[in-house]
Amino acid sequence: MSLFRTASRQLASSRQPFVRAGAGAVAQWNRGYATEKKIGGFSGQKQSNGNYLVSLIEGDGIGPEISQSVKDIYAAANVPIDWEPIDVTPVLVDGKTAIPQPAIDSIKKNLVALKGPLATPIGKGHVSLNLTLRRTFNLFANVRPCKSIVGFKTAYDGVDTVIIRENTEGEYSGIEHHVVDGVVQSIKLITREASERVLRYAFQYAESIGKNKVRVVHKATIMKQSDGLFLELGKNMAKQYPAIQFDYELLDNTCLNMVTDPTPYNDKVLVMPNLYGDILSDMCAGLIGGLGLTPSGNIGDECSIFEAVHGSAPDIAGKALANPTALLFSSIMMLQHMGLNEHATRIQKATFDTLAEGKYLTGDLGGKAKTHEYAGAIIDKL
Amino acid sequence: MISRRALQVPSFSLPPRGGQSPTQHGINLTDWLTSLQTALRSGVRPQSAVAAPAVALRSYATFPTTVGEDLLKPTKYGGKYVVTLIPGDGIGIETAEAVRTVFKADNVPVEFEQIDVSGLEEGKKNADVLFKECIASLKRNKVGLKGIVYTPVDRTGHASFNVALRQELDIYASVVLIKNIPGLQTRHQNVDFCLIRENTEGEYSGLEHQSVPGVVESLKIITRAKSERIARFAFNFAKANNRKKVTVIHKANIMKLGDGLFRSTFQRVAEEYPSIITNDLIVDNASMQAVSKPQQFDVLVMPNLYGGILSNIGAGLVGGPGVVPGCNMGREHAVFEPGCRHVGLDIKGQDRANPTAMLLSGAMMLRHLGLDQHAGRISQAVYNVIAEGKVRTRDMHGTSSTHEFTNENLPVSYRVVDIPYYQQNPVFPGPPLGPVPGSVDYEKRTVIRVADLLVSEEGVKDEREA
Repeated sequence: MSLFRTASRQLASSRQPFVRAGAGAVAQWNRGYATEKKIGGFSGQKQSNGNYLVSLIEGDGIGPEISQSVKDIYAAANVPIDWEPIDVTPVLVDGKTAIPQPAIDSIKKNLVALKGPLATPIGKGHVSLNLTLRRTFNLFANVRPCKSIVGFKTAYDGVDTVIIRENTEGEYSGIEHHVVDGVVQSIKLITREASERVLRYAFQYAESIGKNKVRVVHKATIMKQSDGLFLELGKNMAKQYPAIQFDYELLDNTCLNMVTDPTPYNDKVLVMPNLYGDILSDMCAGLIGGLGLTPSGNIGDECSIFEAVHGSAPDIAGKALANPTALLFSSIMMLQHMGLNEHATRIQKATFDTLAEGKYLTGDLGGKAKTHEYAGAIIDKL
Repeated sequence: MISRRALQVPSFSLPPRGGQSPTQHGINLTDWLTSLQTALRSGVRPQSAVAAPAVALRSYATFPTTVGEDLLKPTKYGGKYVVTLIPGDGIGIETAEAVRTVFKADNVPVEFEQIDVSGLEEGKKNADVLFKECIASLKRNKVGLKGIVYTPVDRTGHASFNVALRQELDIYASVVLIKNIPGLQTRHQNVDFCLIRENTEGEYSGLEHQSVPGVVESLKIITRAKSERIARFAFNFAKANNRKKVTVIHKANIMKLGDGLFRSTFQRVAEEYPSIITNDLIVDNASMQAVSKPQQFDVLVMPNLYGGILSNIGAGLVGGPGVVPGCNMGREHAVFEPGCRHVGLDIKGQDRANPTAMLLSGAMMLRHLGLDQHAGRISQAVYNVIAEGKVRTRDMHGTSSTHEFTNENLPVSYRVVDIPYYQQNPVFPGPPLGPVPGSVDYEKRTVIRVADLLVSEEGVKDEREA
């Protein structure tokens, strides 16, 4: 394949390292894309005992319980992973929210992390922890697969789509100011660098999971320059991936069509700027039954963090009522990312079977099982 | 009683501004509005209406939500209203034709002034000239019915006529009704909510630039004045339509200043409407809720782009863009168009389009003009035809063409094809505005009359006297 993808002039031109002011403490993407390198790939090495070390952020609220379930299932499945628990309770460094240095070091060393839900401390001066993590490790792409769960009935059946969202700029650039009192400008920032990176990742991801269509979702009728640039880069990049069908669709149509009938999106990977991705990925989660069932992966140049995107549910914390499915699915994405596909498939199948069987479901899915009973059922099926 | 206050505004003597009137000479309008509000809150009563400076009255007229009925209602000429009709591209020609046919059959006293502006390049006349004609015509007639004009995707193409029109006429509030149509089977039942969308700023400001090659900035503008008037519009709408809850949709956790201003302005306005329940939802959560539990929504108010997203999600819930009516309202003009703005180029000219959205938007327009009887008959006819289920276009799981569907909506004497049901009911199916099982509630809920929405009787009188 790589024969087809020789470096194009356009890519070579983007060799200049582009570091945006305020993009984070660690600006580490100084690599051009002149060669077809697998971006966002995993390059971690096994330890001497033959296991990979993975940083584990258990999270707040229900986090410890669902993390325990994942650990139990992984132990039972003999996955070659050792967990390294880390604490990311934010510290203030020079008045800015920051992740504690040991946590940063751990993730940088292990290159991969699994993260439970975090509660953002309320109060001034704290940026959301998710945003801080994203910036610290320069996690440029958010991958959100959505697959219907057999055994959990919603208005939509057979959903199986993937949304990839640009994660560092766009509407969430954070550049805003008051022009005069009562007039605010928020800037949506689209750069060639970041757009190309996420688009390339989308094509590579589509190849890796065997979907042969990539679709850009845009609003270039209105935002001709910004979304126009994103779309144009997508069209150009498609030429380097002749095996993948490329097309594009107006955001309005995507919303409408997905809600009407999501199945035509099953063979596609959708890639889009930040805000649209945020909205559509949550909407898709809604199609299959909510955030408790959807995994999420944040891909960076070197490090990647896989996480459950639901809240920390402090009201049911410690009562063994929580549903660990989202974190478990995220960890399965992590295994796939690390190339441990065999284990991933085995755990995934056991989980789907348990959900389909419906005997041991947690309360949010209409069952009565405790968190550990549900995990136990999965272990039995391994 | 906001309306009353607003209408009294011109009689205040303005804070000294070097003798200039506020908007005319570019003085910060928001400051001016704020000082007015302070004056209003302090309870000062106008001394004399005669002292009102004419310029201030005009300039202020473009900003608040309150509208006098007489301002909006165009004059009749020879017993007929003149309405601008812009069919647009795609299915617009066919659906506009359907409206014409049905209006004619019901002897609706409306004369259309049709302008065929097109966003496609094949237009015979220069599109810019036609666009200016549209604006002039709408300014004259004050009321329009419109399909959607195509906007090219490519970066060198022209800007959206639809957006330019809304900005030019300052038709700031887009109203979209998302409700299940009786008899039309969809995935979700009992969906019934209204979207109120800010139409003139936000992400659609059209301000973009390339700082250096490969770096593009696109500006989203949120202003307090425009956020306030859309919030007021939403509350007035909720009150007039007997709705209980207004939800503001935003992304203020990320866009702290922009969406933050929109949300805080909404919350401030909400204090003036204690009878209405309010809450706020982040846009991604709202989208998720919309596809899983849409029944929880009542009235939603939001900036421009989120409105585009949610109106499409909403349309998907109740049967597609072909059945969702809508309108755009400003202080002086009202333009009615399908609520979920799809051009439909793919089925253009195939006689497959569903004219329901356009017909219902047309009926909404008739209500706006005060032609309730006609509006009632037409919308009732549309609902009955759909409920009966024999003649439906393809998007409603039927096999009929646009013409067949439109034909079904006509009184029997105008119809080309007779169907036994209508022979027993030689007038429009269903008594005019009368109760029809299953659709009474719908009727009541879809009434949008600007007069109801915005001013009390006294308010109108005050302004007339002034």
